[in-house]
Amino acid sequence: MIALDGLKAAILLFVVAILQVSLLSSVDVYGGMPNLLLVTIVAVALLRGSVFGAAGGFFGGLLLDTANLETLGLTSLVLTVGGYWIGRYGETTGRDRTHAPFVSVAVVTVLYAVGVLFLHFLLGDPVSARRILLESLVPSIAFNLILTAPVYWMVTKLLPPLDWRERAGEVRLLG
Amino acid sequence: MVGLVVLSLALITVSFRETSGGPLHGAQNVGAAVMKPFEVAANRVARPFRDVYNWFEGLTTARSENQKLKKELRQLRQEYATAQSAENENAQLQSLLDYERGPSFPTDFNAVNASVLVHGATDIEQQITVSAGSHQGVRVNDPVVTSDGLVGKVARVAPNVARVTLLIDPTSAVAAVDLKSKAYGLVQHGAGGGDQLVFGRVPKDRIVRTGDFVVTAGTQLAALPDIYPKGILIGRVTSVDQNDVDIFKQIQVDPFADFSSLDSVAILVPRSRG
Repeated sequence: MIALDGLKAAILLFVVAILQVSLLSSVDVYGGMPNLLLVTIVAVALLRGSVFGAAGGFFGGLLLDTANLETLGLTSLVLTVGGYWIGRYGETTGRDRTHAPFVSVAVVTVLYAVGVLFLHFLLGDPVSARRILLESLVPSIAFNLILTAPVYWMVTKLLPPLDWRERAGEVRLLG
Repeated sequence: MVGLVVLSLALITVSFRETSGGPLHGAQNVGAAVMKPFEVAANRVARPFRDVYNWFEGLTTARSENQKLKKELRQLRQEYATAQSAENENAQLQSLLDYERGPSFPTDFNAVNASVLVHGATDIEQQITVSAGSHQGVRVNDPVVTSDGLVGKVARVAPNVARVTLLIDPTSAVAAVDLKSKAYGLVQHGAGGGDQLVFGRVPKDRIVRTGDFVVTAGTQLAALPDIYPKGILIGRVTSVDQNDVDIFKQIQVDPFADFSSLDSVAILVPRSRG
């Protein structure tokens, strides 16, 4: 079951990564760009937990870095951490909450922007913090929030939510 | 999760430190090559949708962009016109300076350089207004020249501007001489209009040929001093005719000065005026 879900998630992330680099990377409205891959990873993480989230983030980031000929591992690192964190959130407080995907996408979009900016800064790449944090962040969050509902619905169809009993190792909320 | 983070950090480190020909970059290139067909396919599928999107986006931005470009065009035109005008004026002033320092400049005159403020030439009178007047020592009837040749004479003087009657004005007349044959006559505006001049009152027995240079004759009799100094270029003879009826030759002269594009002139002020 886990292997099948992993295969489905891998195929989904591959297709989404292709769409991201070939189509969505050229979209620029008010400085913002939709990050379909990030939204998909968040949805997978919320539905399948932290391990899937981290693995999906790593795989998706690696695809993005490979296609963009970026420094390998850079996007992977940020998306791995983001996927793991959202996975943990899905396993605990975010479970079954309607707003969880939206909150997760908004938070991860901000953290992704900050993380990528920080790593590029560490590597000595010329990046504009003003452009990333002030000009493009808000439109990017808006774009990603628009994508959240349809993407989450689509991922839910591909990876249906697990039954409570299947999440044996997860934290259960009281009350 | 920790393993993936460590792996990511290792990838970053190796990828960052490795040369472009290293194994990790090679693997990345292979990966990119594998993904490329999928990207191309996605692009082809999405192209019609993207074109529609771009078309609508273009429509929304076209109007504001058009206005912006028009504004820029107006500004650039003004800047170009200003620069072109300054360049022309600079060239004319430089030419005047060279003329003033040259051997053909009348020795007993000083030059007062002035810009042309108003091109007031009409069908009735051919006059211009220049930026020098009595404060600069200019007086009525002072000759006005460019480095090309004679332009006219001062008709009216104000403290800082002066009105100049051009050589092509119907009222202008200059005592002139053919530089080669020394035939004397009077240069006036031609009856046919335009910028053509007539070199009149030249007797039939004097030899004047097409292409001869006509210059100011200057003062011939001390009792009748001429306002124009001797030897200022006026123009080139373009045609010479004579018939049995007229007692003088009919000679047409093309002026050297270009009256249609005067930007700067020099007013000749006698040194004796101080």
